[in-house]
Amino acid sequence: MSADTNMPGRAERQFPAGPPQGKLAPSGGSAVREATSVGAQFPAGPPQGKLAPPGGSAVHAVTSVGAQFPAGPPQGKLAPSGGSAVHAVTSVGATLLLQVRDLATEFATRSGPARAVDGVSFDVHAGEIIGLVGESGSGKSVTGYSILGLIDPPGRVAAGSVKLDGQELVGMPRSKLRALRGRRIAMVFQDPMSTLNAVLKVSTQMELAMRAHGKPSKQEMRQRSLQALAKVGIPDPERRLDAYPHELSGGMRQRVAIAIAFLNNPGLVICDEPTTALDVSIQAQILVEMRTLVREAGVSLVWISHDLATVSVLASRLLVMYAGRLIEEGPTGEVLRRPHHPYTQGLIDSLPSRAAPGKDLLQIPGSTPSLTALPSGCAFKDRCAHATAVCDTAPQQTVAPPRTWRCHHPLNMGAPTTAQGTR
Amino acid sequence: MSSQTHFIGLNTITRRFASIPPFSERLAKRITGQKASTTVVHAVEDVSLSVAKGETLGLVGESGCGKSTLGRVAAGILAPTMGQAHIDGAAVMRDGRKNTTRVQMVFQDPFASLNPRMRIGDTIAEGPIAHGLVKKADAAADVARWLKAVGLDAEAAQRFPHQFSGGQRQRVAIARALAMRPDALVCDEPVASLDVSIQAQIINLFLQLRRDLNLTMLFISHDLSVVRHVSDRVAIMYLGRIVELGATEDIFLSPHHPYTRALLDSAPRLAADGAPVQDIRPISGELPSPINPPSGCAFHQRCAFAQPRCSQELPVLRSLGEPREVACHFPLAQQGEPL
Amino acid sequence: MNAATRPIETPLRGFLREFTQDQVAVVAFVVLALIVLLALLAPWITPQDPYDLSNLVLMDARRPPGHVGSKGFTHWLGTDAQGRDLYSAILYGLRISLQVGLMAGAIAFALGASLGTLAGFAGGRTETLIMRIIDLQLSFPAILLALVLAALLGQGKWPLIAALVTAQYAYFARTAHGAASSERSKDYVEAALSTPLSSARVAFRHVLPNCMPPLIVVATVQVANSIALEATLSFLGLGMPVSEPSLGMLIANGFQYMLSGRYWISIYPGIALIVLIVAINLVGDQIRDQLNPRLKR
Repeated sequence: MSADTNMPGRAERQFPAGPPQGKLAPSGGSAVREATSVGAQFPAGPPQGKLAPPGGSAVHAVTSVGAQFPAGPPQGKLAPSGGSAVHAVTSVGATLLLQVRDLATEFATRSGPARAVDGVSFDVHAGEIIGLVGESGSGKSVTGYSILGLIDPPGRVAAGSVKLDGQELVGMPRSKLRALRGRRIAMVFQDPMSTLNAVLKVSTQMELAMRAHGKPSKQEMRQRSLQALAKVGIPDPERRLDAYPHELSGGMRQRVAIAIAFLNNPGLVICDEPTTALDVSIQAQILVEMRTLVREAGVSLVWISHDLATVSVLASRLLVMYAGRLIEEGPTGEVLRRPHHPYTQGLIDSLPSRAAPGKDLLQIPGSTPSLTALPSGCAFKDRCAHATAVCDTAPQQTVAPPRTWRCHHPLNMGAPTTAQGTR
Repeated sequence: MSSQTHFIGLNTITRRFASIPPFSERLAKRITGQKASTTVVHAVEDVSLSVAKGETLGLVGESGCGKSTLGRVAAGILAPTMGQAHIDGAAVMRDGRKNTTRVQMVFQDPFASLNPRMRIGDTIAEGPIAHGLVKKADAAADVARWLKAVGLDAEAAQRFPHQFSGGQRQRVAIARALAMRPDALVCDEPVASLDVSIQAQIINLFLQLRRDLNLTMLFISHDLSVVRHVSDRVAIMYLGRIVELGATEDIFLSPHHPYTRALLDSAPRLAADGAPVQDIRPISGELPSPINPPSGCAFHQRCAFAQPRCSQELPVLRSLGEPREVACHFPLAQQGEPL
Repeated sequence: MNAATRPIETPLRGFLREFTQDQVAVVAFVVLALIVLLALLAPWITPQDPYDLSNLVLMDARRPPGHVGSKGFTHWLGTDAQGRDLYSAILYGLRISLQVGLMAGAIAFALGASLGTLAGFAGGRTETLIMRIIDLQLSFPAILLALVLAALLGQGKWPLIAALVTAQYAYFARTAHGAASSERSKDYVEAALSTPLSSARVAFRHVLPNCMPPLIVVATVQVANSIALEATLSFLGLGMPVSEPSLGMLIANGFQYMLSGRYWISIYPGIALIVLIVAINLVGDQIRDQLNPRLKR
């Protein structure tokens, strides 16, 4: 999808706003590098693109800054720093898997630093599927990469913390981060043709992913590969295992990418627009398969997308981002039926299905502001019909479990949110 | 056949793509006595469609269904292997070259469809000047007029495509098409690569232009909700053939072809109150390849209602007694299926 | 609804801005500019016209640098075997190098780019025919081709340029063909053709300008190659006539004196030639890096 923003040209190239060219390696990518250096004669990683490990240098940069993090960005500090209690979710008592607090990621551009992610905080519990929604330039993909430590210079994670199973990922040394990637936390990208190595067979790529985190035997690897392929709904997995990516259809390739992500039984999988490039019918198949897969494996999913309808099929909770900030959060059905933030409302209203055929759609005027030229205060104020003078100061995050929002004039406040938080 | 009801007329269009292996390979095969293999892609097979003046026909389908190819034939970019495309009674192409400026095309990728090294003002003015629609001296004013019509400032004419956002570039592409003063537009997935909020703006722009200029449109998209919103009639395509054709609301509320029904059921969507529809039912199986289409009905391998006849006999597009046509041996309406 | 409100940066201005950020390239460019300036002003800043045989005094032949000649001026770089002031001869030689190199490069560019674009755009038999000829030509070493042609066409500037063009246009053609083929399948070409606009117009007004980046890269390399090739030909006695020696011939003439201690006759022209070629290559390198989209940070 196109980067529909007014960002200066140079910044556009630096923004991995969805990697159409697959700038980053698959979840096992860093693992691929490792295995290669051991002596296998494989080309390392996807034909075009940077490999994950350089992201480690960004992590390093933050390490040297040490405890000099600014205490969160000026706007939108979290209300109580009580952690998970703030982000209560449907599954009461479920283990807290991922804790993101005040995450901020910056990119150096010709026109100054651009904060692609600014003070984002959320939790993911075991077995949960959350949807991270936003348009181009909202920072949703960059959030995903920041969690995995895949931000390369001139970008860096400027502030905040990301805790996986209690372990702090921001500032973690490269080697430790590599051990985690593909093992405890994995990623599925948008374009499977760039994520899969075109010159390696599927079986080889899966083996590399497995060998990066263990020493299984050839037998065992073949078994696990076949099982993984069957689990993602690939018919005739024996034949597919020995195929090259270009011999498979788009849907099949994405299933292979998903299978690789799930290979080492991660606790959390981050999916960046995995079905956007696929046909409607294949997308539906993959959505349903993911749902079963996640339920069976007990894996948590962070599903990043710009498509509200698609994300809502799977996600029990929605997080809406705009200009790098998290502006709304809540149970999916609640957020869609009674959005509190005017942007969310505008997004829903501009869907073609919401207007009578032939009538003009409700459109949000203007376009997303450039990240290097954000208005002071609320980033949405110039496009908002409800903006007043108070919007010149940045709205704080209001927390009223199970919902949070960041707005001075929230909408739909009348109807109480059901305690159940129905999906 | 009035040229008003058949303003855009596509008659028995077939378009096949043959990939001929290179000379060296043919020579090698000739020497060893083998037959050189030519793969033929059946992109469009025997499609007849018409669009009335001022009407918008939506063309829906997934990859490989041939909708883009059909659109290009209608716009005069591709010559059909068989059949002919007409606009207002006149043939669109002659001798393999486009013969008219009355039908113009808007492409999917707004960045790729603009020459990155030309200022957009020059891009917009080039066609009209070359065809004598506008004199060079009046070009700037003409460009300003079309930029205004699509919601951009006149001074944008001096800028290059990379200085615009995706939505703005698509507006430029529309302005370029309109500058040729066409009677009809073929739009190939014009909003597919845009964000939702920008998509809404561009859709509104299309609706407004259609009203103001009385345009006839062939609107190609894979997005059912977008097509539903802008089209008067819809044609559903599968593997190069039309499987269902009729008024938009009729089709969406009561689809007669199993594929249409399955497509509607499998698309993620929001209900009227905004709640997400989570019970989506995917269609089983893979999209067949247009190189090797299945025998009989192309959909039979994935169809829940398939019978032996479906794999043997190709169903013909026929009317069911209403202004609706379906290409199916056992259309849903006749099966008593609750619609 | 406005587009970006920054002042419009045309591709050229952006290019120049990036160029000036690399110190090596800027230095190389300055050196190159200086050489060009000196070469242009040669008739006015040299004490002697080395091509006018009546100027030469055999008495002053093979004199070391610093020697004051019989005409009263100092030979700062010494004299060659015919009594030419080496400083003058070098500047005039640079003139020839630049003239021949740039002319040959420009003509080869125009010829090769047109053929390549035509081939890439037209496709089918036209493409096959043109590209097979190009391939055939590329299988001959450039030096061999240039040698044969120079020998056939005789001495002089224009035969030399003809030989160089023939040896080099194929590189441009091949690059243009590749770029044109890839641009041909892009949407904007289809959009232009569907207006409809004529194929010729689309090929040369739309496709060719977008093939420029790789062509410019080839051009910078080929200009340097032309200069080196011309020097080679002159060194071997082909190309420019003996009375109008280019740098190559000066080097050749002075070769036999190297061992007897009269190094200046070969070395100084050699240094001038090297500096010129290196400067062109460094500038070309920077242009190449800037135009390569993969290397963009």
